[in-house]
Amino acid sequence: MSWEPVIGLEIHVQLKTRTKMFCRCELGFGDPENTRTCPVCLSHPGTLPVPNAKAIEWTVKLGLALGCEIAPHAVFHRKNYFYPDLPKGYQISQYDQPLCTNGRFLVPGPDGDAYVGIVRAHLEEDAAKNVHVGGAAGRISGADRTLVDFNRGGTPLVEIVTRPDLRSAEDARIFLQLLRQTVVELGISDAEMEKGSLRFDVNVSVRPEGSSELRTRTELKNMNSFAFAARGIAREIGRQIEIYEKGGEVDQETLHFDPTREDAPPLRSKEEAQDYRYFPEPDLVPLAPARDLVERARAELPELPGQRIRRLERDYALPFYDAEVLSGLPALAALFERTVAAGGDAKATSNLVMNQIVAAGVDPAVVDGLELAKLVEARGRIPRAALDEAIAASGTPGFRADDYTADTAITDAEELRPVVERILEGNPSQVEAYRGGKTGLLGFFVGQVMRELGGKANPKVVNELLREQLGL
Amino acid sequence: MIDTLRLTAEDAAALLEDGEVAAAELHGAYLEAIRARDEELHAYLTTVDAPEGEGVPIAFKDVISTRGIETTAGSKILAGYRPVFDATVAKRCKQAGLPLLGKTNMDEFAMGSSTENSAYGPTRNPWDPERVPGGSSGGSAAAVAGGLAPWALGSDTGGSVKQPASLCGIVGLRPTYGTVSRYGIVAFASSLDQVGPLTKTVRDCARLYRIIAGRDAYDSTTVELREPVEIPAAEDLRGLRIGVPRELNEVEGIEAGVTDAVRRAIDLCGGLGAEVATCELPRSVEYGLACYYLVAPSEASSNLARYDGVRYGLRAEGNGAIREMYERTRDEGFGDEPKRRIMLGTYALSAGYYEAFYGQAQKVRTVIAREHAALFERFDVLVSPTSPTVAFRLGEKTENPLAMYLSDVLTIPSNMAGLPGLSIPCGLSDGLPVGFQLIGPQFSENTLFRAGHALERALEFDFVPPRLAAKDRA
Amino acid sequence: MAITRDEVLHVARLARLALTDAEIERLQGELSAILDAVGKVAELDLSDVPPTSHPLDVVNVLGEDEPRPSLPVGDALANAPSREGGFFRVPAA
Ligand SMILES: [Zn+2]
Repeated sequence: MSWEPVIGLEIHVQLKTRTKMFCRCELGFGDPENTRTCPVCLSHPGTLPVPNAKAIEWTVKLGLALGCEIAPHAVFHRKNYFYPDLPKGYQISQYDQPLCTNGRFLVPGPDGDAYVGIVRAHLEEDAAKNVHVGGAAGRISGADRTLVDFNRGGTPLVEIVTRPDLRSAEDARIFLQLLRQTVVELGISDAEMEKGSLRFDVNVSVRPEGSSELRTRTELKNMNSFAFAARGIAREIGRQIEIYEKGGEVDQETLHFDPTREDAPPLRSKEEAQDYRYFPEPDLVPLAPARDLVERARAELPELPGQRIRRLERDYALPFYDAEVLSGLPALAALFERTVAAGGDAKATSNLVMNQIVAAGVDPAVVDGLELAKLVEARGRIPRAALDEAIAASGTPGFRADDYTADTAITDAEELRPVVERILEGNPSQVEAYRGGKTGLLGFFVGQVMRELGGKANPKVVNELLREQLGL
Repeated sequence: MIDTLRLTAEDAAALLEDGEVAAAELHGAYLEAIRARDEELHAYLTTVDAPEGEGVPIAFKDVISTRGIETTAGSKILAGYRPVFDATVAKRCKQAGLPLLGKTNMDEFAMGSSTENSAYGPTRNPWDPERVPGGSSGGSAAAVAGGLAPWALGSDTGGSVKQPASLCGIVGLRPTYGTVSRYGIVAFASSLDQVGPLTKTVRDCARLYRIIAGRDAYDSTTVELREPVEIPAAEDLRGLRIGVPRELNEVEGIEAGVTDAVRRAIDLCGGLGAEVATCELPRSVEYGLACYYLVAPSEASSNLARYDGVRYGLRAEGNGAIREMYERTRDEGFGDEPKRRIMLGTYALSAGYYEAFYGQAQKVRTVIAREHAALFERFDVLVSPTSPTVAFRLGEKTENPLAMYLSDVLTIPSNMAGLPGLSIPCGLSDGLPVGFQLIGPQFSENTLFRAGHALERALEFDFVPPRLAAKDRA
Repeated sequence: MAITRDEVLHVARLARLALTDAEIERLQGELSAILDAVGKVAELDLSDVPPTSHPLDVVNVLGEDEPRPSLPVGDALANAPSREGGFFRVPAA
């Protein structure tokens, strides 16, 4: 029998508002412990939450980007449980009336569009940080005490729950990367897994190919990188298939991976049946996002990465791969579009931008599209080395493609050497910086020599002379 | 010689304004009265020797957070807890220049109707020390009635300002939900808690309400007042339409002496020009108590989860595991009544019971609000006794929680609807004060003050407990 | 409605209350009596009545995303039953 994986994700994104979700303590990263707290986020008796308007605005924005409906009436609930990182004994979250529901997120692929269903996206507060000490460092097991730092407690957190629409670890990776890029481009989160501002859990089950049943799923927690998650998912799929093929049953359980020891088997916990006793948070009044504000936010949404891939494919007849790579860096896509608009051939521009600009480490944001279009046009008739030099210099101020593409260039090294020496003497600080490792300055020197000679020099020879003079 | 038993806050303010008494002298007179009488009454948990402010001194129920001054909410679990911030009402009183006399005794976490549930011993009624002052704001009520404070703040969830005011023969206001900030008020039931004044006169009540009321950016459930608070001066009730809900006046358990005193007050209303008619609140009264004892404990079970021994308050260590630390801290720190309500609320919210209990209670709440709203189409004010009984004896109801809960049967329905209620003394039954409850629609405090003031003048009730007056003369 | 001893124990665990045997027994009786009384709300057929979770009819009461000063760490920890450096300390969680 052949098996089909069924995968759903639950993603937590910390919003990068200035202040916390329910108090106005300023958010920071790496501050000394318990220096970003107040009576509210320490849950002193009598303190009350006041929701952060910006966090709500951004959640609506994210919901729209996920293709969700924005609820006309949303409610915060209390989720009750005890843990030292949860100072009120409940988390303010959303339950049956979340802000965003029923979305559809476009994930373009080489064989067409896929959509990942979004069950909901809701707003809640992040827990504080527990540090387990005394046993094996940082581990829960074996610690003899726990230290609590409430700086992070109360950070606005959006939880996004997908439908089980993903069919492979690779699907999940692509979706997560696109989602990450989306929140980053919306400007609402750093979404950095190392900092914990993007975290996710994965629900995995398998079923016979062609069936529509949903079998018992396991939950993988502690995913700390896309690659790690992809490996974890693949391994769990294999494990479940093996169980079924041996005639067994998969248990509903939570698997905790230890990110520091990938080879170790996951920790299993059959968590004590939780009863969170959700009820509407009586310290808060309902949210009712005004329809005109929602519509304005919808109109103001920037182009999303998924849409950009499709548009680049369609408008420029690019292969999927090119569109995906370009879209992956908005500045790269923008340079591509500037260059094509200035007359560059689309596919040739795409190749040059994706490969050579990236390889040369040039900041695409500062490259002039018109000059780059000239290089694209000249690429077949000038020496490869000249093209490489030109690209390396394309990010410097005053870059002119003509300097590199002229036919009457001086190729005599002895004629060029005094000019090169003069330029280096005239720019001692740049020379020092170059020798200190800022090798990107090579383009700057080439540009200076070219300007001195009105563009009439062979860049390859200039380049060789510069390297020689700079002693590298 | 300042007669703290008789001095109203308004009189005290006049003395200060005219320079006849210095603020420190006034404050000293109350501290002297506390020294003389509080050993018996036990109205205070903490007193303040050298407070800031040049105005009329005030006492706060120990549920109100006061920066640097121990705030226990009557519980052992908060013994020694000193807030690092002031509650908004405390801040507003400070800004108004009111020096703090001290923090008053209360039922633990405001759960009770007699102040016997305090972890620090009961408060006694100034009219008869064998009897309770009511609760949960019993310390504040006894302080004002016993001349230990010119005025005080309490908090009211199911009747905790109105009922002790009634039992101590003074005036108490439970304001419209949302008009007074709850920020810094140790929470019992968030959708019901409101801070209110306990005073000797209705005019004092209006003055204090004016100081504390209004929108607070730290409490999302507060709103701006619809109109400025007026200090009442009306002498009659002409044009006022008064409804007398049959059920609120006839429910089983109302003592005959209470009914008699309230009847006389209602008759007086007619004499002062009000139109008086009977009306009905059938489901509000029949289901109000049940509704309240689902909603309030449910919210309380969650509000009291923060007392976990981690950041403040009591901690009992146990065997070194976090779970045992939690369980022992909470077992040792909470008294019987909070435990009972935490258990009840946890049960009512738990899987499988939510719809039948908490969910259904919230719908009953809608029914109660609608029933009241319908009456306010025809009436400006509804009246009834505040408490079915006069002050009862210490220990009389402590063994039977349900009997104690019935103390609030007349105050709870309008509280569930978020409505304001004023209790004024209307006479005596067996030598003990009887309270008269006036309920209005949301934001009708000015109407309640006008009616209460006119009636108070006509009733000429003497708020000084005779036994203390006699003692003072001796 | 009677509540069983097991239910009392379950609820006490959820609420993190270590109860003595005497307390469990007493609470079983008291809670049963109270639940009998409050169970009265079930008499009403309210299937088409919306719930009221709040007496106020207002929405969207929010705060601007403008920082206010946090507490000095000494104030934050002032009431802590146990601390270690700038942390609150608890038994191993
Ligand atoms: Zn804070």
